[in-house]
Amino acid sequence: MSARTVTIAAVAAIAAVAALIEAAHAELGLVVERATGSLQLVDNAKRASLARIDGLGDLSHASLVYSGDGRFAYVFGRDGGLTKIELASAKVVARVVQAGNSIGGAISRDGRLVAVANYEPGGVKLFDAQTLELLSEIPATYGNDGKRAKVVGIADAPGNRFVFSLFEASEIWIADVADPRRPRVRKLANIGREPYDALITPDGRHYIAGLFGEDGLALVDLADVEAGARRILADYGRGQEKLPVYKMPHLRGWAVAGPYAFLPAIGRHEVLVVERAGWREVVRIPAHGQPVFVMARPDGGQVWVNFALPRNDTVQVIDVERLAIVQTLRPGKAVLHMEFSGAGDEVWISARDDDRVVIYDTASFARIAEIPAQSPSGIFFTWRAKRIGM
Amino acid sequence: MAGMNVRVGAALLVAGASLAPAALAGDAPEAARRAQLVSLVRQDCGSCHGMMLKGGLGPALTRAALRDKPPRSLVATVLYGRPGTPMPPWREFVTSAEAEWIVRQLQEGTLHER
Repeated sequence: MSARTVTIAAVAAIAAVAALIEAAHAELGLVVERATGSLQLVDNAKRASLARIDGLGDLSHASLVYSGDGRFAYVFGRDGGLTKIELASAKVVARVVQAGNSIGGAISRDGRLVAVANYEPGGVKLFDAQTLELLSEIPATYGNDGKRAKVVGIADAPGNRFVFSLFEASEIWIADVADPRRPRVRKLANIGREPYDALITPDGRHYIAGLFGEDGLALVDLADVEAGARRILADYGRGQEKLPVYKMPHLRGWAVAGPYAFLPAIGRHEVLVVERAGWREVVRIPAHGQPVFVMARPDGGQVWVNFALPRNDTVQVIDVERLAIVQTLRPGKAVLHMEFSGAGDEVWISARDDDRVVIYDTASFARIAEIPAQSPSGIFFTWRAKRIGM
Repeated sequence: MAGMNVRVGAALLVAGASLAPAALAGDAPEAARRAQLVSLVRQDCGSCHGMMLKGGLGPALTRAALRDKPPRSLVATVLYGRPGTPMPPWREFVTSAEAEWIVRQLQEGTLHER
């Protein structure tokens, strides 16, 4: 080994250690670049890109969750790929292609298990979070002829449980994974037609599935599963013909702000506000288009909304105190996702067709920075690691 | 080689079938518009059908999946949607001729390549 090689190795080692220490303190995040199947590791505090991670397959509808300590990310690709990323090294540390077509996943509260929701073959698979070893599978079989439903809206729930919905079957299943090789499944039938996505409230108490096939949402009290699912906001459309929906809305724990949950109406240009105390409708806020993401700032003071095609160049801000839209912004072409900083002072917005992430100040609504990215979609900061249902 | 010939033959048959009825005899869109349509299919149809068109909440739109479907009914699905399912009408975004062109490309399998 030449002196030069040794020097380079030593410098690299020191740099790696420095990067690691820094990484432990920074607010890191990952930006999905959907067209190229890559991720950008970003630093929220510096508003900078640190690295690009390639080789993740088809990320056209990718989402990810973090381990509780924020060291690792588990990326769920459209092509069934499940990839474990170490943030400090910006490297893929494990990867399996576990299905033909998947939609998302969740990590257990204790961090031991990763569950993936699959469209094809329809069902849920459970993996060891350390090694990505397959531990068991829950086929989403329904009816009498062995058909399998697409699984949507998977969430981690208290008590070693994962909760998810079956699109074609109109069912919600609660899997007890105390023994992950032998999950026990409780099935709730007739919860409402075509659940398309779902959320769990930040306190872990309620699971809410949005319905595509009818008005309203299905609500399950996870402290009283035997009571089954009940319908909330059942008549928000009042039988009127729906507007076409050019992109399915998404639901996660960020729908909750203060005493309310903010939910996208289906086929209506409205955000539905429901009070968590009795799950009754408070108000419907007319919006610019079909809402896709309706996301509360972490402090619950604002809710930001983006929209489906053809109104996907616009973002609106709802003031939670006033329950009214207070700002309309045009961040760029094809706004796909928004992510708040942990403190909520900034929001990062992906403008897919402008190939950039645009950063706004949430107090002044000033546009403060941009980061180039290739067809960016989901943005995920590590503060999610500590939250339920994110 | 033989497989390729069969594929080319099938594509020609589909193209021929879709051109035969007067209602389906649209002009091919200009190059710039074609690029927009390709992007629309991959990105926006891709929201439900997958960017690689291998399916998602909506069914796969690969050549294999669409091989036996009548082009005319596929064009109608694109333009008018499929009531009772999440498939919306796209006539606000594409003309009949453009929908025919999209269906032809899908059945020939030229749109799912990156």
